[in-house]
Amino acid sequence: MSRLNLIWRKSLNVLMLTLTGVAALLVVSVLFLILGYLLWNGGKSLNWAFFTQLPKPVGESGGGMANAIIGSLKLLLLAALIGLPIGLLTGVYLAEFGGKTFSFITRYTTDLLNGVPSIVIGIFAYSVAVLPVKHFSTFAGGFALGVMVIPITVRSTEEFLRAVPGTLREGAMALGASKWRTIATVVLPAAKGGIITGMLLSLARVAGETAPLLFTAFNNMYSSPGWGQPTASLPVVLYTYASGPYDDWHRQAWAAGLVLLALVLVANVGTRLALSRGGAARGV
Amino acid sequence: MSSTATTFDSAAPPEAGPRAFIRRLRHGDEVAHTITLVFAASILLVTSTIVYELWTNSHLSRAKFGWNFLWTRVWDPIFDNYGALPYIYGTLVTSAIALVIAVPLGLAAATFLAELAPRRISDGIAFLIDLLAAVPSVIYGLLGIFVVVPLMRTVVGPVLKRTLGFLPFFQGPNYGVGFLTAGIVLSIMVVPFIISVSREVLLTVPRDQREAALALGATRWEATWKVVVPWARTGILGSVFLALARALGETMAVTMVIGNATVISASLFSPGNTIASTIASQFTEASGDLYLSALIELGLVLFLITFILNGLARLLIVATERGGQHA
Repeated sequence: MSRLNLIWRKSLNVLMLTLTGVAALLVVSVLFLILGYLLWNGGKSLNWAFFTQLPKPVGESGGGMANAIIGSLKLLLLAALIGLPIGLLTGVYLAEFGGKTFSFITRYTTDLLNGVPSIVIGIFAYSVAVLPVKHFSTFAGGFALGVMVIPITVRSTEEFLRAVPGTLREGAMALGASKWRTIATVVLPAAKGGIITGMLLSLARVAGETAPLLFTAFNNMYSSPGWGQPTASLPVVLYTYASGPYDDWHRQAWAAGLVLLALVLVANVGTRLALSRGGAARGV
Repeated sequence: MSSTATTFDSAAPPEAGPRAFIRRLRHGDEVAHTITLVFAASILLVTSTIVYELWTNSHLSRAKFGWNFLWTRVWDPIFDNYGALPYIYGTLVTSAIALVIAVPLGLAAATFLAELAPRRISDGIAFLIDLLAAVPSVIYGLLGIFVVVPLMRTVVGPVLKRTLGFLPFFQGPNYGVGFLTAGIVLSIMVVPFIISVSREVLLTVPRDQREAALALGATRWEATWKVVVPWARTGILGSVFLALARALGETMAVTMVIGNATVISASLFSPGNTIASTIASQFTEASGDLYLSALIELGLVLFLITFILNGLARLLIVATERGGQHA
């Protein structure tokens, strides 16, 4: 009886442990499936024209997404200008100056802001930057993305500043440097690699965001000069093309998907590699 | 001794300048403190402005429909009559499907990574899973349209009908798009969150807990399932909440595969809409003020739900991690 019991327990052990391994394998294989599909379908449709030409009118095949690529870059630039300074300085506040209560509130709010659905951020940007002027604009889209950049930058900045050894701060202060000089000339440079990494990752994350752009930056068949007009962007064009009925659109959607995924993955893998090397050098 | 004191004293007057300068530097600290504080406060400002804008811009709809907005099933832009029930239903159903698939899968994978896999392999896989979380939502939608939807129409749907067709969930026409497809795509999207948070939480469980269980003769699985997992359950629950909040608010992938219909149907094959997908697909078409206001109220509802869930999730995760540290 007890022997049977033992056999049962041991087989259950093997079975369940195998299942957990299978689960992990399954999830990881999804990543490779996604990669494979995009490489296969996107690779077939990706050509030079994709990067250099404007979209052709519906029905004509060919053309590219030059305007959407430029649009995405402009949106990211705005997002960086709006989101990164706020994220960086708030991170500095939390790591170096913060008191107890206000820091806790800020940290908590930052997490909540991070969890706000991107479509709601879109509505927010719409009410702040589109409703008052009554037209869609590159600026409104960049603003929406900028808001999304903030929380990620805050958390990564704070984390990397905290990883800087306290002895460095004490050394600088002992030499007579004031607190802000210590931060500006010793602590921030020490954490530079990590902080920049965090910033790049947050930009990579918003580069693929579609929902907040739908009714802020909207879309545009043509190039969009300046900042006050609606603009095409890779994710929004990808969405429009993938949901549309034309084969040529689908082809281009796959190509856009490949470019977007490559961008995000390269940013993630690259920063991770840079970080692990920098981390080893710092001994963190 | 005294001579040094004298020189120090005699040097005192010229040092008045540098001293004042040092004092000003201290003020510099205060300036830096204030500047960073202002930026930190701006985050509170942004978050409260989000609430304010959602609240004021949904005024028309709130004034006209009141609480009935939440349980009316009509959504009629022509007669300007709006109720959110079909979309709330769609949001809950798709998220529930996502969790039913993602929680067991994610928890199992997290257990494997935290308990079984050697640390280096575990870290490697965890990185790949983080990459999965970084894949943009619209790319999941793209694959949803061209891979999952045809698969649902030709393989999964028919099989479910044949085997479980007696249940009301798996009856009715199967178009490929619908609640079930959206739920499946969502489950793939939230599983990385469950895995990475659960793994972290499981790794904080003290080693002696495992060793004690193993020393008492428990198998590896028993030690994991009866000791380690219960120890970490609050944090795991937190990860589930986080995944739920993410599933509820997920927009693009769902919009692309759910079929865009205002329907409450027991059949999971039925096309539908979630709160987020409704906003995404109708916002730019909203012609009337009341229509727009109703859509923004949908946004408000979504915001409040995810706000509460995220708050709870954070508290749970913090609570477990603290518990792990103290023990």
